[in-house]
Amino acid sequence: MASSTLVSGSVLPRAPGWAPTSAPRVLMFGGIALVIAGMLLGDIFAVFVLHQNAGRIGERLSSAVTAVAAGNGAEAAARIQDIGGLLENRGTKVDAHVHIIDFGYLALLLGILQPWVMFSDRAKVRLAWLLITGAWTLPIGVFLIHYVGLAYSPLASIGWASIVADLGGVVVALVAGVELAGVITYFRRAHPPGDNPFLTARGWCSRLLLGGGAALVLAGFLYGAWYSAFDLYRIEQREGAVLSQVLNTANAGPVATQRALASYGDLQAEKAVKIAAHAHIIEFGFLAMVLALVQPLVFLAEKWRRRWAVVLLAGSVLLPVSVLLEVQFGMLAGGLADFGGLLVIVALTAVAIGMLRHDGAYHAAGSDA
Amino acid sequence: MKRARLQLIAGGLALALWGMGYGLWYAVAAEHQALDAMGGDLASAFSRAAARDSSGAASSLRAYGSAAFAYTRQVDVHSHWIGLALLLMFLGLIFDNVQLGERLRAWTASALLAGAFVFPAGVLLQTMLSGPLPSALAIAGAALVTAALSLVVFGLLRSRAA
Repeated sequence: MASSTLVSGSVLPRAPGWAPTSAPRVLMFGGIALVIAGMLLGDIFAVFVLHQNAGRIGERLSSAVTAVAAGNGAEAAARIQDIGGLLENRGTKVDAHVHIIDFGYLALLLGILQPWVMFSDRAKVRLAWLLITGAWTLPIGVFLIHYVGLAYSPLASIGWASIVADLGGVVVALVAGVELAGVITYFRRAHPPGDNPFLTARGWCSRLLLGGGAALVLAGFLYGAWYSAFDLYRIEQREGAVLSQVLNTANAGPVATQRALASYGDLQAEKAVKIAAHAHIIEFGFLAMVLALVQPLVFLAEKWRRRWAVVLLAGSVLLPVSVLLEVQFGMLAGGLADFGGLLVIVALTAVAIGMLRHDGAYHAAGSDA
Repeated sequence: MKRARLQLIAGGLALALWGMGYGLWYAVAAEHQALDAMGGDLASAFSRAAARDSSGAASSLRAYGSAAFAYTRQVDVHSHWIGLALLLMFLGLIFDNVQLGERLRAWTASALLAGAFVFPAGVLLQTMLSGPLPSALAIAGAALVTAALSLVVFGLLRSRAA
């Protein structure tokens, strides 16, 4: 099996289907690059944008309430429009972060699936590059929406950045559709279907990542169910009531107004951290499970592969738990969450380096493809 | 064995396509309008409050609440369909290692696929229909996925113990 020879570092047969320009390679390295980029964007966003943006929203809301108290409707409406712009700034960055990571996961999964896709190698490589191109185009377009706006746009409400993002999405969807046709054709024609050379992982790291990842995903599911059953409707109803309270206290003096505004801010923070914890624990669990499959391609000493697996899982637990604690412990928990994200990024980068070393070691041994 | 695996992989890819198609439609045809409506309703609530029109402000706030209710779910549906689709594809890849009886394996794959479609569909229906049916569908879908995923984990643990 490829894994044992790779770990020992002595004999270096290339993993089947793992040629330098093969579709699995393009998709797996492309996928990991997308995931790392998305996580870096998320960490940078959390440190430099998220809290500052929330502070600006609070300021604009406070100004809007002051304008209401002064009877200046136009000023109040203008401050609310400002908040719309700030929310767009935050929303597009979160969307770019989420889409780039999910496209990375899609690319990784399609890379592992390639032996079961009934197309020529050349067609598979072209599809792989198309997918990676679309997967970068959409999040970059989404990221730019806030900055490009409606400049030179031929449409009334959709700017060029949105159009480019949508085109990226169309490309990814088309490639996914063609890959689906290739998979169905393969399973219909192959009797029995051949073994997939990328599904040979059996070692300690694979078991740890698969078990830990599955536990995280299940925990995320259960937490999401609990949130939707007990928190979602309560928060939504309370949001309306608190906003109403904010408006009603506009003329009741600054103390009452500030108390109502603080209550609204707390509610928004509670909602944000609960949704973020749910999403991140599942995303990290999924990443761990996918990485369990690629372990035979990671050319690192066994002790280092184990260390990176543990680091990845530690970060995967630390980030969502710390995010949940942000409401109680503020910036301390926020810093720990960012550190957890960094641990996952570092571990994932180490895995990517191990996969690159696979080829380096193979070439050093002078083997043929 | 082959059928359950194909069901999960092809079903997952098809569900991902469905989720992407929905996301594209939503981004092009609905999202900007929804965001404009939410911003307009909230601005209107503050303007009316400034004009001391408390009933008008309350009415605008209710409209904002309804728009925010729908927007949250319409976006969640997109992300849940695609997230669950990726999970189905992954489970299809490892399904040979899930040690369960053939009938239970087939049921597990079908339950995963059905739950992954029905759960977000129920959430989306909450924006269109009143009454308990949409929520019941969402809960049933989520329960199916969670139960089936627990069975998969159990099957994986059994395969290691064997």
